Amino acid sequence: MAGLGFEETELRLGLPGGGKDAEEAGSTVRSSGKRGFAETIDLKLKLEPASATAPMAGDEQVADSVAAAEQQPSPAAATAAVAGDGQMRRSPSQSSVIISSDPEKPRAPKAQAVGWPPVRSFRKNIMAVQADKSAAALVKVSMDGAPYLRKVDIGACKSYGELSKALEKMFSSSTMAGGSQGIMNDESKLVDLLSGSDYVPTYEDKDGDWMLVGDVPWEMFAASCKRLRIMKGSEAIGLAPRAMEKCKSRS
Amino acid sequence: MGRAGGPAAPPWHSLPDEVWEHAFSFLPADADRGAAACACHGWLRAERRSRRRLVVPNCYATDPRDAVDRFPSVRAAEVKGKPHFADFGLLPPSWGAYAAPWVAAAADGWPLLEELSFKRMFVTDECLEMIASSFRNFQVLRLNSCEGFTTAGLAAITEGCRNLKELDLQENYIDDCSSHWLSNFPECYTSLEALNFSCLHGEVNFTVLERLVSRCRNLKTLKLNNAIPLDNVASLLRKAPQIIELGTGKFSADYHPDLFAKVEAAFAGCTSLRRLSGTWDAVPDYLPAFYCVCEGLTSLNLSYATVQGPELIKFISRCKNLLQLWVMDLIEDHGLSVVASSCSKLQELRVFPSDPFGHNGGQVFLTERGLVDVSASCPKLESVLYFCSRMTNEALVMIAKNRPNFTCFRLALLEPRSPDYITRQPLDAGFSAIVESCKGLRRLSMSGLLTDLVFKSIGAHADRLEMLSLAFAGDSDLGLNDILSGCKSLKKLEIRDCPFGDKALLANAAKLETMRSLWMNSCSLTVGGCRLLALKMPHLTVEIINDPGETCPVESLPFDSPVEKLYVYRTLAGPRSDTPDCVQIV
Repeated sequence: MAGLGFEETELRLGLPGGGKDAEEAGSTVRSSGKRGFAETIDLKLKLEPASATAPMAGDEQVADSVAAAEQQPSPAAATAAVAGDGQMRRSPSQSSVIISSDPEKPRAPKAQAVGWPPVRSFRKNIMAVQADKSAAALVKVSMDGAPYLRKVDIGACKSYGELSKALEKMFSSSTMAGGSQGIMNDESKLVDLLSGSDYVPTYEDKDGDWMLVGDVPWEMFAASCKRLRIMKGSEAIGLAPRAMEKCKSRS
Repeated sequence: MGRAGGPAAPPWHSLPDEVWEHAFSFLPADADRGAAACACHGWLRAERRSRRRLVVPNCYATDPRDAVDRFPSVRAAEVKGKPHFADFGLLPPSWGAYAAPWVAAAADGWPLLEELSFKRMFVTDECLEMIASSFRNFQVLRLNSCEGFTTAGLAAITEGCRNLKELDLQENYIDDCSSHWLSNFPECYTSLEALNFSCLHGEVNFTVLERLVSRCRNLKTLKLNNAIPLDNVASLLRKAPQIIELGTGKFSADYHPDLFAKVEAAFAGCTSLRRLSGTWDAVPDYLPAFYCVCEGLTSLNLSYATVQGPELIKFISRCKNLLQLWVMDLIEDHGLSVVASSCSKLQELRVFPSDPFGHNGGQVFLTERGLVDVSASCPKLESVLYFCSRMTNEALVMIAKNRPNFTCFRLALLEPRSPDYITRQPLDAGFSAIVESCKGLRRLSMSGLLTDLVFKSIGAHADRLEMLSLAFAGDSDLGLNDILSGCKSLKKLEIRDCPFGDKALLANAAKLETMRSLWMNSCSLTVGGCRLLALKMPHLTVEIINDPGETCPVESLPFDSPVEKLYVYRTLAGPRSDTPDCVQIV
């Protein structure tokens, strides 16, 4: 991901712990959006838990809040979870004191109080490791016409929609790095990868067969996908009949 | 009594101590022995000199040397340190609970010590080295939720404790120094009966492990870590078919008929296997390999198993003799209804959340339904820990009616202050029903939307309640007051994020001395209130705990400064001297 200008296009306020901006807001973490797996690891390592019984407990709060932020960033989540370097666990406690004066008011849905739900740190760590293992599903993605291959983290996507977004981001930026207007034309062809453009997403499954993306439930796909290939429609003959129809309908 | 012609029998109160010591050995509970010791000086003397087993639930309740002096014949000691909420990251890591003073005192005064257990304490390699070199007949070491030591310390134990029978490492944070602790068991050593290293992350030398298992014919408990692949687990079982308790290693592998057959055959040989646990990376393909042991299992811990669906249910439904089941909420309501109909002997159920922070969008279909089913169909069910996302008063009332025999009921609704999801009312009625119906309830954890009303019920009815955990509950000090002025048997109270202030504490200060400890965080306490409490009750230690890096001396703070975390406990030893900067004793 590095070196392609991808990060330059991404809205960020700087890494946590990376200076004054880190103190500013949890929006640092929030706007990180879909950081790659490696960068999630970096976040975990950079932020030392403010206070935690176990070394990892605090880190897990960060990881949790990063992941939560990816899904539904909310102001409560930002203040509750991460207020920056070394302040991870003060905010929820302090906000708890404030809230307790008006207990009728329900909390914002994704606000994460420290230590709630009451899952033991040891358990959280094991589950995080298990999740990481399933998350490290980096598969190669080749797109016909693109100069080089990419890798996408299937584990980080929870659905076909997310995968589609990730692939769009990936390949639009690679074309932008090329810089020429000619390549920008290709970008428009990337719109709506999964539902009828010139490009047909396919994948190689465990058995070595090339299949059309989208037929099976997401979990099944994620578990069996070995690599992805975004084929030009004209070459997708010989795949599922649906692919054939797509090619025909576009002529 | 004495008759004419025979020697007069001594009056009972001057029987020699040995007789009383023998009599006391039949008293089952420490509390009974403690009560006996209060009767008279003679009994006090006899009891304390013959006490073999000592449990110290709060390591700061007494000076270790005093404990050793008072009970000089102890052979087995268990010491617990940090308060329970430390498990959830609410305590700063440097808080305390050091095992070193206890090990030192024991080394001095209990040379015949055979068993030592530490829970939630800071144990160093030096402690372990001292244990290894101080007790010539040391047999059992149990470390639960501890930290501060490495595999080098373990190496000292395995090398130095020639009579070691049990090494039980449960959920500790152990630094791996790649020390060959396992290899340090001498070749002639065969007395191992229980080995649990499930919390270790590093590789162990499998050949060494295999040889150890082969020569220790009395090995009954073996709990492996995640670094041991399935293939090797099967090999180990071949060597130890007598095993009663097994924690599997890495229970995940691509399906291979040969491996499956090997695993199946290995388990078929384990006819004594009763307890099964492990870190299971969810490979349903291999579950059928376990079918042959299902019938015999009394305890099944699948709480780290991410396997779901029909395979999981099929597996559990074969375990007809289960007494204890720990499982993830991936079992869902449907699965629990199968448990309800299959596991009629079930006594304890724990259901853990697979997605506690809602990352996966809350797809799990576990609701109050599952708990209702199990409580309806399992007559022996008495202990429950249940994480779920929704609850109703009606369900709780039904559960209370079905199962008046609950001794432990812990409900954790994932979202704080969740009301009854149908009526939108607080869950007061439901929890009241629980405490009113379950007269033997000893432990209760509540969650969801709760007002002061529920505390009225608890104070009035929960006579046997010893431990109560509250979170995001109540409206005012009245709630806390009801608890502290009722609940005759209350020993431990832990509270977080409740609008309870100083008033209730101060009004019930004397109660706190009858309890072991009180924890409160994110409530409405003030520095002034805590100071007053400390003044009022000299036998209590009142600790104000801040986050590290925020250490403002309490003396300089105004009366009404908020107190973020409070830990109060009774002690014979006076204020401890090993507090970090972030902890202040008022």
